[in-house]
Amino acid sequence: MSTGKLLLQATGICKKFSGVVALDHVSLDAKAGEIHAIAGENGAGKSTLIKILTGAYTPDEGKIIFDGEEMIHTDPRRAMQAGIACIYQELNLIPHLTVTENIFLGREYRLVGHTNVLDRSRMRKEVGELMRELGLAIDPDARIATLGVGQQQMVEIARSVRSNAKLIIMDEPTSSLSEKDAEELFRIVHRIKARGVAVLFISHRLDEMKNHCDRVTILRDGSSVATLKIAETSVDEIIKLMVGRDITNKYPKVKATWGDVVLAVEGLTRKGVLHDISFELHAGEVLGLAGLVGSGRTETARVIAGADPLDKGRIKVFGKEVRIREPRDSIDAGIAFLTENRKEQGLILIQSVEFNSTMVKMEQYAKGSILDLAKLKAMTEKMATGLRLRAASVKMPVGQLSGGNQQKVVIAKWLLSHAKIFIFDEPTRGIDVGAKVEVYRLINELVAGGAGIIIICSEMDEVLGMADRILVMHEGRITANMMRSDATQEKIMYAASNVSVN
Amino acid sequence: MTSVADQLEKGKKGSMTERLYSLGVLLSLLLLCLIMSFLSNRFLTMDNLMNVAAQAAVSAIVSIGMFLAILTAGIDLSVGSILALSTMVMGVVGVNWGFGPYTSILACLATGAFLGLCNGLMLTQLRLPHPFISTLGMQKMARGIALVITAAAPISMFPEPVTYLGSASVGGIPVSFVLVAVLYIGMYLFLTRTTTGRYIYAVGGNKEASRLSGIRVNGILNLVYTISGFTAALAGLVLAGRVDAVYPLAGLDYETDAIAAVIIGGASFFGGVGSIGNTIIGVLLIAVLRNGLNLLNVDSAYQTFAIGAVIIVAVAVDVVRQKFMVAR
Repeated sequence: MSTGKLLLQATGICKKFSGVVALDHVSLDAKAGEIHAIAGENGAGKSTLIKILTGAYTPDEGKIIFDGEEMIHTDPRRAMQAGIACIYQELNLIPHLTVTENIFLGREYRLVGHTNVLDRSRMRKEVGELMRELGLAIDPDARIATLGVGQQQMVEIARSVRSNAKLIIMDEPTSSLSEKDAEELFRIVHRIKARGVAVLFISHRLDEMKNHCDRVTILRDGSSVATLKIAETSVDEIIKLMVGRDITNKYPKVKATWGDVVLAVEGLTRKGVLHDISFELHAGEVLGLAGLVGSGRTETARVIAGADPLDKGRIKVFGKEVRIREPRDSIDAGIAFLTENRKEQGLILIQSVEFNSTMVKMEQYAKGSILDLAKLKAMTEKMATGLRLRAASVKMPVGQLSGGNQQKVVIAKWLLSHAKIFIFDEPTRGIDVGAKVEVYRLINELVAGGAGIIIICSEMDEVLGMADRILVMHEGRITANMMRSDATQEKIMYAASNVSVN
Repeated sequence: MTSVADQLEKGKKGSMTERLYSLGVLLSLLLLCLIMSFLSNRFLTMDNLMNVAAQAAVSAIVSIGMFLAILTAGIDLSVGSILALSTMVMGVVGVNWGFGPYTSILACLATGAFLGLCNGLMLTQLRLPHPFISTLGMQKMARGIALVITAAAPISMFPEPVTYLGSASVGGIPVSFVLVAVLYIGMYLFLTRTTTGRYIYAVGGNKEASRLSGIRVNGILNLVYTISGFTAALAGLVLAGRVDAVYPLAGLDYETDAIAAVIIGGASFFGGVGSIGNTIIGVLLIAVLRNGLNLLNVDSAYQTFAIGAVIIVAVAVDVVRQKFMVAR
C-alpha cells in the first residue's frame, strides 16, 4: 500500500488558454512508491495537467510542491533536474542509436574530464546492470529501431530510472501495446514502484487502472472531482465521476424524419486500424460516432472520404456501390468530410473566404474552364450571410478569422459542394459556445432537408445531445450501437473502454 | 479571444502589407534605375535600355515556370539546363538532320515540356521528397546530355522562322517583348480566371486540404513542372534567335536569377502566395542590377555575390511578411 511520504502536492492549479478554462483549481498529490491514476474524458484536462507538471506550461494560479520544494517558473529542464520524468505516447528515442546511447544521451560518461572521448564500456556495463535490476531482457547494444514498441517503452522507463526520476508520468503507455506487452509493462512499473518512485498513470483502460493502481484522481471539465483509493472504489463509480454532469439545454436538437438508407458500409477494414466496420446511415439521421481518441472514429471517416485507402470492404451510396480511391470519388458520390483539423486539412489560411468556400467542385462556377467571377462572389456572399459569417469581406484571408468563423467557412465550402451526406469530425472543437449552437442548428437544418449526417465528437454530452443513434468504437471496432433513447454516458463509456456492463 | 474589431483591423493590415510590398518592389526598381542613371550616363540611353529589356525577356520567360514551381511550394533548379538541352535538340533536328524550321521549333518545345513532365513525375510518382532533389538531378542530367550530343560544339545558321522570336521587330518593337507581354497577361488570366489556375494556388497553399477538397494534387504538380520545362524551352528559342546560335552551356545559372526574380516579386517559398504581375518587376530589377553593375565595370564575381545576397534578403523579408499575413 501507498504509505510513502508525500512527494508531489499540487493545489489550486488553474490554466486558461485565450480565455478558455482548461484547468480550474485542480489538486493532485502523489506519494513515493504509489501508482496514481488520472482518469477523465477527452478534454477533461489531463494533458494540460501533465504539461504543467513537466514544466511545459506555466500555471496561471496554484502551487506545486515537489519533494519539499515549491516549484516556481519551472521549465522542462528544471522539472527534469528536480526528478520529474514523463513518458509520452510518442516515444522520445533516437531509432538509429543503441539502447545504451539513448539512455545516456546528453549525460555521457567521458574518459578524461570534459573531453569528447566517451567511456563506452562503463556506460554499457551500467545499462546492463540496470536492465538486470529491472528484470528486463534487453541488449544494451541493440539499436532502438530493432526493438518492438513495448521494449522501446521499457527503455524509456529505464532511462527515467537511471536519471534518478522520483516521479514518472506515463501518458497512456499501454494504448499502443498488446495485452502481453502491457502486462510486461506493469511488471516493470511495479518494480520501480518498489524502488520508491511515484508513478502518475494516465490511461483510458479502466480495468488496468483497477488492477494496478493504488489511487485515482478523476478530472472532469478541467476540475478534479475526486481522489479515491482504488481498493475502495469500482469501475462504475469512476465512470460516474468522469461523466457525471447535467446535460443542460445546450443542444437545440430537432429530430427529423428518417428516409431511405443513404450510406451503407460493409466490412470496412484497414490493417491495424479498422476491423470489419459495418453500419447504415439514413436520410434525416444524425449518427454519432463515439469512442476515445484513437478508437478509429476519424479513421472510419477518412476511408469513407477517400482520404486513406481501404484494404477491404464496400461502400454504398444511395444503394449503389461506389469505388472510392481518392477524395474526389467520395465528393462526386455526394459525401462531404469536414476534418477535425481546420487549419491543417480544411482550409488554405492565406487564401480568402471566397477562395476557400468555392474550392470544392469549382467547375460549377465555370463555363468551360473559365471562372465566372461574379458568380463566385455572389454564391460566397449568399452563403456567408446565411451562416452569419463575421468577416470584413469575402476577400479576407481565413487565417485571420476566429475559430468559429473559420469553421463556418469550412461548412460553407461543403454546403456549396451540394453533398447529401456530411461527416463532421469534431465540428465544435475550439469554437465558442455561441458558434457551437449555430453549428448544431445547421445540422438540424441539414437533416430537415434530407441529408444524412455522421458526427464524431469527443465530448460525450455532445453526441448524446445531437445524435439520433450512437455507434461506439473501441480499438478499431464497433462495440455498441444504441438509439438516443437508450443511450447514457455510462453505457457509452463502458463500450468505449470495452468493459462489459455488470 | 480577440474581438471581431481586432480581427477586422488585422485583416486590413494583412492586405495592406501585401499592397505596400508590391508598391515597395516597384519603388525599389524605380529607385535602382534612378541611382544607375546618376552613376552611369550610359544607363538611360535607348541602346542600353533595349539591351536590358532583351536580356530580361529571356529571364522573364524562364521566370514564369519558376513562379509556378515556387507557387506550389516547390522549385525548379533545372530550367537553365532544360533551356540548353531543348535548344541543342532543336539544333540537331534542324541543322544536323535537316528537318524544317517548324519541326525543329516543335522539337525544342516538346523536349522542354517532356523534361518538365519528368520533373513532375519524379515528384508525384517516384515520390522524391522535394522538387529540390528531382530538379537538381535533372539539372545535371540535362546539362550532361546537352554537352554530349554535339561533343560540346555550338550549332548556328538557323533559318528565319527559328530566329524570328528572338531577333525580329514589328514596328520598332522587338517580337520578344510582345511575346513576354502576351505570356504574362495570358498566365495572369490563367491563374486568376480558370479552375486549374486556382487549383495551382490551392495546392501551393495547402496540399492536404486541396486533396481532401477533391483537387487532384499530383496532376496539378505534373502540369506545373511541365509548364516550367516548356517556358524554359521557349526562353531558349528566344535566346537562340537573339544570338543566332545554340550552345550546350546556354542558360547556365538562369535558375538563380529566376528564383531571385520570383522571390523579389513577392512569391513565398512557403507556397500559395504571389502574383505573376510582380514577378515581372522582380525580373526587371535583377536585369537592371546586372546591367548597372556591368556599366560600372564591376567584376562579375561581385555580381554573383550581389545576386546571392539579394536572394537571401528577399527570402528573409518573405519570412517576416508571412508572419504578418497569417498572424494566428
